[in-house]
Amino acid sequence: MSTASPALDHDHDHEHHGPARGLKRWLLTTNHKDIGTLYLLFSLAMFFVGGAMALVIRAELFQPGMQIVDPHFFNQMTTMHALIMVFGAVMPAFVGLANWLIPMMIGAPDMALPRMNNWSFWILPFAFTLLLSTLFIPGGGPAGGWTLYPPLVLQTGQAFPFVILAIHMMGVSSIMGAINVIATILNMRAPGMTLMKMPLFVWTWLITAFLLIAVMPVLAGAVTMLLTDKYFGTSFFNAAGGGDPVLFQHIFWFFGHPEVYIMILPAFGIISHIIPTFARKPLFGYASMVYATASIAFLSFIVWAHHMFTVGMPLAGILFFMYATMLIAVPTGVKVFNWVATMWRGSMTFETPMLFAIAFVILFTIGGFSGLMLSIAPADFQYHDTYFVVAHFHYVLVPGSVFSLMAAAYYWLPKWTGHMYNETLGKVHFWLSVIGVNILFFPQHFLGLAGMPRRIPDYALQFTQFNMISTVGAFIFGLSQLLFLYIVIQTIRGGAKATDQVWDGAKGLEWTLSSPPPYHTFTTAPEVK
Amino acid sequence: MQDPTTNPVAAANRRLTKRLLLVTVAMFGFGFAMVPLYEVLCEVTGLNGRTGSQAAVLEPGMAVDESRTVTVEFVASLNSGAPWEFAPQVTRMTVHPGQFYQMNYHAQNLTGQTLAGQAVPSVAPGPAARHFQKIECFCFTRQVFQPGEGRDMPVIFRLDPDLAPDVRTVTLSYTFFKLDDAGG
Repeated sequence: MSTASPALDHDHDHEHHGPARGLKRWLLTTNHKDIGTLYLLFSLAMFFVGGAMALVIRAELFQPGMQIVDPHFFNQMTTMHALIMVFGAVMPAFVGLANWLIPMMIGAPDMALPRMNNWSFWILPFAFTLLLSTLFIPGGGPAGGWTLYPPLVLQTGQAFPFVILAIHMMGVSSIMGAINVIATILNMRAPGMTLMKMPLFVWTWLITAFLLIAVMPVLAGAVTMLLTDKYFGTSFFNAAGGGDPVLFQHIFWFFGHPEVYIMILPAFGIISHIIPTFARKPLFGYASMVYATASIAFLSFIVWAHHMFTVGMPLAGILFFMYATMLIAVPTGVKVFNWVATMWRGSMTFETPMLFAIAFVILFTIGGFSGLMLSIAPADFQYHDTYFVVAHFHYVLVPGSVFSLMAAAYYWLPKWTGHMYNETLGKVHFWLSVIGVNILFFPQHFLGLAGMPRRIPDYALQFTQFNMISTVGAFIFGLSQLLFLYIVIQTIRGGAKATDQVWDGAKGLEWTLSSPPPYHTFTTAPEVK
Repeated sequence: MQDPTTNPVAAANRRLTKRLLLVTVAMFGFGFAMVPLYEVLCEVTGLNGRTGSQAAVLEPGMAVDESRTVTVEFVASLNSGAPWEFAPQVTRMTVHPGQFYQMNYHAQNLTGQTLAGQAVPSVAPGPAARHFQKIECFCFTRQVFQPGEGRDMPVIFRLDPDLAPDVRTVTLSYTFFKLDDAGG
């Protein structure tokens, strides 16, 4: 997509002058910018696929009773929506940003392991083709929920081995991506770029990458055990053979809780770049941001059982996981405080990235507070598996992670393409999104508190109004993302020329490069003072 | 760029990659290590309502606590599609901790084939599980049923007098699984 000018590369003519032409450029590329672009476009495509599934779910829930799809297909939609959004949209989008930005932010010529980088991207289209193909095979796709709890998930038909293999491939891709990020950050920094001078996006990604290599293999182990339970007669989770289905929940959430931080820590990094830029002040409390991120990552390993308070744990266990979970509010609170303190008495302007960043701070905090409510074990017995949980994690994932990705796209798109996006359309997209997302998810809190269970295609009559409101919000939010697609395409194809610095408050090595940056950057490392 | 074999950064990258791959493999192993760890933890703490799958040892002179009574409830359930009729003959008993009691579960094979099954016990509330001792239980062995056969299967049990005094009701639940079918 970038039309890198070969003229800028003339000083190292023993290398390529620019990208190869045609399809081969994308298939064989080892360039971090190309791979970043591929990741971002792939995740955008998956965002629309997963979003379409969400609209099927919301359309069915517009009214009580069965209207549009049969329950089995509805369950496939909830399961696939989650798997695609988690592994196909949010995670690859952050990896795409890491590819584009980390080398430019630390003054490295490319990622540390460029060939592996190509491979870790190109596994993904195959993994998701495999996963999506299960919708068309006899018996349909997985329908037991993305958490894959046995024994229910073992009733999946012929799709089961396909799903497991797809998850293995996604895991391999993420692990390779994470190893690459760690090697790049630890070995490829420009001279003078000490760890505590690194931009926060780099810091948060370093910690995220360590989470990834620690927990993705655990998920791989868990799904392997499911596979052998179903086909090879083992009894890891089969009570008849002396196993225990609850064990799966422990293993899954040992992966699952760090996983939710994998989807939010890079977002914290992004917001920590955007707010200082548009408040025209340095970030408040840089060091505390680094320590808070590390604390959150550490705590994520010792709170997993708060997802399963209702399985019948001893009181001591419940109390431990309850207090450990509540403790996470402290470093998270430090972060929110720092963002607000950065804005305090800043010369703020409200371009689209800043609007998304401010909405992130407010709406993510709402999601954090409902999380705090859920962490209270006696209350959780009431909230467990209701729409309150659905509202909670969608608040942290949609106006949390996804808004940070939108903010990042608007913030760095001028740098990547060399063109300014259409600010008016960007603001329209922001307001439609922020209004839509609240109409969509806020009523789900009330539905949950009133007792509506999650993952059901039909519901009792008293839940009708809030479900209708929620569905209206879903269509506003979903359709307004088409506007985002339009803005991105428009910006790639043309628009006002972006300056090198793009935003007058922007600080960091990537803003010293031209917009768009040449195909190869920092082949000679910059000096960082 | 320099030749990767002599470039110190490339060498450092290779070294780090190997170490990180080792971490990955170790964490894959850790996922499996959680299985025995969990087993041990459940056995030790009685977590999850696990009761021993071994017979308790009968010792002479075990004390009986006549001063209080505990209600024991009996529950039976069949794993999905198991072709049995399965029910306790009494659904509740009032017992003194320390004393031995016997009760029967009745099971009948509803098919025309010989079937084998296994009952898996669970005790609620979880902390009481350690104090529920079974001297004789049909759950210790696999049970074979001839076509149409029905029979009573005994459980001889005793509650440990150390059972916490605030526990007034203990529920013993059996789930009956069909064997020979690895999928369960």
